[in-house]
Amino acid sequence: MSGGFHIVVCGSLVPDPLQTLEPVQGPNGPGLKNEGMLPSVLDPWAGHSLFEAANLAKQVPGSKVWLVSLGPKPKLQQLMMTVAQKVPFELVVVDGNAGGFTESMEVAAALAGAINAIQGLDPSRLLLFGGCASASRDAGATMQILGEMLGIDEMFLGVDELKVQADGGLHVLERIEGGKYLASVCAGPPAMLGWATGNLPEPPNNPQVGMLNMRGIMPALQRAQAVKVGAGTLQFDAVQVPTQRRETRVVKDVPVEEIAQEIVEWLKG
Amino acid sequence: MKSILLLIHTADDGGLGKAALESLTAAQQMAEGMGGLELKAGLVGGAIQPAAELLAGAGVKTILGVESDACAVSRYSTDARAFSEIVKAAGADVVVAAGTSRMARCMPGVAQRAQGAIDTHISGIEPSPDGLKARRWYYRQRMEAILTRAQAPWFLLLSPGAFVPYSGTSTAQAEVQRLELAETGSRTSVIGVEEAATGAQTIKPEAEVLLVAGAGWSKKQADGQAHLDQAETLILGFLDKAKASLGSTKSLVDQSGEGHAVLSFMSHMNQVGQTGSSPRHAKGLATCCHGEEPHVVGWRFINQRRAINLDPSCGWAQGKADVLYVADAFAVMRRVNELL
Repeated sequence: MSGGFHIVVCGSLVPDPLQTLEPVQGPNGPGLKNEGMLPSVLDPWAGHSLFEAANLAKQVPGSKVWLVSLGPKPKLQQLMMTVAQKVPFELVVVDGNAGGFTESMEVAAALAGAINAIQGLDPSRLLLFGGCASASRDAGATMQILGEMLGIDEMFLGVDELKVQADGGLHVLERIEGGKYLASVCAGPPAMLGWATGNLPEPPNNPQVGMLNMRGIMPALQRAQAVKVGAGTLQFDAVQVPTQRRETRVVKDVPVEEIAQEIVEWLKG
Repeated sequence: MKSILLLIHTADDGGLGKAALESLTAAQQMAEGMGGLELKAGLVGGAIQPAAELLAGAGVKTILGVESDACAVSRYSTDARAFSEIVKAAGADVVVAAGTSRMARCMPGVAQRAQGAIDTHISGIEPSPDGLKARRWYYRQRMEAILTRAQAPWFLLLSPGAFVPYSGTSTAQAEVQRLELAETGSRTSVIGVEEAATGAQTIKPEAEVLLVAGAGWSKKQADGQAHLDQAETLILGFLDKAKASLGSTKSLVDQSGEGHAVLSFMSHMNQVGQTGSSPRHAKGLATCCHGEEPHVVGWRFINQRRAINLDPSCGWAQGKADVLYVADAFAVMRRVNELL
């Protein structure tokens, strides 16, 4: 392979984790109360995959990063104000529902349509990145379904590290049970990597990067095609917030010895 | 509906791991609860006969399998192909598997190839002669949904720890319908299992107790100094004596990314919460952590919760823990370790 990687990152917005979320029943199925008004952030796992993509692109000359994002256009525009300042990428927008109660397959189909339409994308150099989980639906399935739709046969999930070997092979570490890693080597792209948290910190805001990105972001938002993404064949009987609330016993002004004894008794009980 | 297919990747010895035994329980409950549907099984691995004999002992009459060196390792291309062939041959309406890392990687692709639909992280099932309902959490354990599908095949990936493992030991002769797959080669070679780069092995999914260490362990204490070496000793000492697993908050694991001194055995793998894991230990003890919602959502499946924090109005006091000890965690844990 010559000429670097074509890295397509799939990621969208989720509600800010500090918000109180309440399910409501709508005409098209469940959603969140005041979903349109909730502050949003880039899904954290998608964010990690984007930062890893940018880091990889920096290391391998000729590489390019696209961010393909399915979500309501106005909210994506707002989100890009911060995300655009992090790392360089070209944005591709799909205008549609980014809620958690949608069907993975429908989301994957919408993303596949957008990816197949990217001008100049070389499938033989394609690395498809995304999160292995999400803060909304958390299916951990969308990236694999999308990979199948794009004809990718080498897939990895829960990735924390990707290193390009001298021979062009991709050395991948995936999280497995018991806090361990499975190490594999893939001969090269195309491949799909569903990232866990990786090893990179969130990049600081860089206004120059932001300005460069924004030149492409506004046109991308204007060009965005609307797609219908729903719950597919899923039928929701109920969606509820757990009602359990513990009556916390607050123990204070008690000697350390007494506290320690109580904890040990509890542990042994 | 006519049948349920249980898909399993076998362990290195050809037997069934704990998660697979849990999925067998769930599959049996489904088959029985849905009016006595036929339960079939599909095995993939380097060796499958021991697993087949246990399944036969459990009453599974139709067992399909792919046994090969290529399938001895966890790899998407070979797993997806092998399981897809089994699904095609079995023709079941519901396909069940444990959500191990290996199955979580390949099952969505298998569902796509079978033109089925998949739901993951299933934490409960409600089978009845009228059909099957499943429970799963959304928005990082903030809300629970009960859902169903008419589409077949319906793939269900079960959360490990959500079902009781099958405990039967009887085995029986098993006639496995072995599917021979032509060798196509894979572009991925599995090198092997590696430990995390950090020191001690602190993640123990089977432990009864989870100790969560928060950012307070790395902060300056009453004497104006941070005592990271003491913190390490106390935390590791507790993990050893209580045979506990270690979790952490995002703020503590993130500190390594910001150049701060951190606990040497801590990594992002230990993180519990919004962007971490949601482990299923019976008891959890939170130390030096404020109990903010983005972290506490990861405690959804931990039933008995206690916390040690110097702040009496921290999140744990607001109905998120059973007991909050307003005390110095260094002093308390030192004494706890001595008593243990």
